[in-house]
Amino acid sequence: MAAEVVMRVWRGDSSGGAFAEYRLPAQEGEVVLDVVHRIQATQAGDLACRWNCKAGKCGSCSAEINGTPRLMCMTRMDQLPEGPVTVAPMRTFPIIRDLVTDVSFNFEVAKQVPPFAPPPRPEGGYRMAQVDIERGQEFCKCIECFMCQDVCHVIRDHEENKAHYAGPRFFIRFAELEMHPLDTNDRRELLRQREGLGLCNITKCCTEVCPEHIKITDNAIIPLKERVVDAAYDPVAWLGRTILRRRKASPNEAAAHGR
Amino acid sequence: MSVEGATITPVRLGGVRGGPAARTLRRDRWWVQPAISAVVLTAFVVYSTWAVFVNKDYYVGAAAHRDLISPFFSPCITASCVAGAHGTFLVITWWHITPALLILGGPLGFRLTCYYYRRAYYRAFWQSPPACAVADAHTRYTGETRFPLIFQNIHRYFFYIGLIFNVILTIDAVMAFRLPGDGGIGVSVGTLVLVVNAVLLWTYSLSCHAARHLCGGHVDAFSKHPVRHRLWRLLTPLNARHMQFAWVSLVFVALTDLYVRLVASGAFTDPKIF
Ligand code: SF4
Ligand code: SF4
Ligand code: FES
Ligand code: FES
Repeated sequence: MAAEVVMRVWRGDSSGGAFAEYRLPAQEGEVVLDVVHRIQATQAGDLACRWNCKAGKCGSCSAEINGTPRLMCMTRMDQLPEGPVTVAPMRTFPIIRDLVTDVSFNFEVAKQVPPFAPPPRPEGGYRMAQVDIERGQEFCKCIECFMCQDVCHVIRDHEENKAHYAGPRFFIRFAELEMHPLDTNDRRELLRQREGLGLCNITKCCTEVCPEHIKITDNAIIPLKERVVDAAYDPVAWLGRTILRRRKASPNEAAAHGR
Repeated sequence: MSVEGATITPVRLGGVRGGPAARTLRRDRWWVQPAISAVVLTAFVVYSTWAVFVNKDYYVGAAAHRDLISPFFSPCITASCVAGAHGTFLVITWWHITPALLILGGPLGFRLTCYYYRRAYYRAFWQSPPACAVADAHTRYTGETRFPLIFQNIHRYFFYIGLIFNVILTIDAVMAFRLPGDGGIGVSVGTLVLVVNAVLLWTYSLSCHAARHLCGGHVDAFSKHPVRHRLWRLLTPLNARHMQFAWVSLVFVALTDLYVRLVASGAFTDPKIF
């Protein structure tokens, strides 16, 4: 173990910023968040960072460590390569100060997800089999760290897409609802026309960074894309619908449903 | 301050971002993976184009006591196919250039619209993005929402076409157990090559994301569709390895062609095992 850690932390706010370099004696078994806290305690009392649980469960401490989105509290210093460690705020969201970003974009998107809409409650209550809920349970592990949203190039590199893109965190929410056996909403046209499912090019960065190891692309996005194909692109499915006179919901209907 | 009294942070779309305006801050060798993808895919395209256009040495027939056909040329359905190559039930006489070109569209379209290959070539060639947290090489981005990429959505039809090819190549593999004039039936290295090739193509097709959806992924209430649920459970672990199957089957198709080509051109004789 090197005797000293060198950490370059982004200091700044919306008026600009720069990396500041801090040197500290190394300590055994530390994670990045520990070092940030020691910097706060000893060298920069005004360094802003967001954290809560230090156990990888609250999703507050997301940052870009050596350029890759990671939880500061779950990244051990001894597993990073030798040399200075850079810690920068998440790039996709506006900066508030230092390592703290304004992630309210995500809460705005959350409001756009049409809620769970079960059929009227039958006598004796709803009944569900274990096999029916298993698939959706994976998506409930999300801790809303928003690192998948951060790394997704659709909005990371193209700010203008934020206006019509839900992002991977909400695709898993959509998937969970769409796959729910008791849900009566049809969100497929909404996904296709307003939530930008077609913008995702399945390059899987969201899956790579997810600290909960949710298979976002394989288990949520691609199944949703296939469902959208059923609803909008598959000519045979279209013919079947026409003959059976089943109509798909318009995005407005989908968005209004259940409200 | 009570929760009710807290002021809500107004949402800002846009706004100043933190961090330096650099393409990436990653210092690991993130370019290795896209580079490997680019090299292997390019090598495959170059080799297969060459193999398709030389238009010879794709079949080892009875003269060499074998029945081996290159996967690039099967089914061989034009009148210009070398004598003995399969496909006699359907003969197209108006096609005069290489017979491989006639059938290439099926497997090519299948691989081009495959969810995994899309990821590979969007990263390796289009650089959108080249790797995670490395900036997109393009300023404008519309994903798969416009022509031509919106056509990626027909992948499931290419999946069906791919199944037809798998059946044909499986028949080829079975036929390769015929060693005319060399004991009648037996196993040669060429037989094994064709069998392995067919097996790998099946693993690739069955691990397809569209297959997983069509077999059961589209169902919401698995408890009401036990058969679909079982199928889905069967395909799901295969699907998790789709990337590996995609690469292995791609490389092996080219190697199968190469093997048949070397035997057909007389570089060596296909050794009989028993
Ligand atoms: S797979 Fe799609 S949603 Fe996930 S990071 Fe890539 S483009 Fe974004
Ligand atoms: S899906 Fe994973 S990466 Fe995205 S917000 Fe949830 S926990 Fe974080
Ligand atoms: S502090 Fe809670 S996830 Fe890191
Ligand atoms: S073949 Fe790759 S997803 Fe269908």
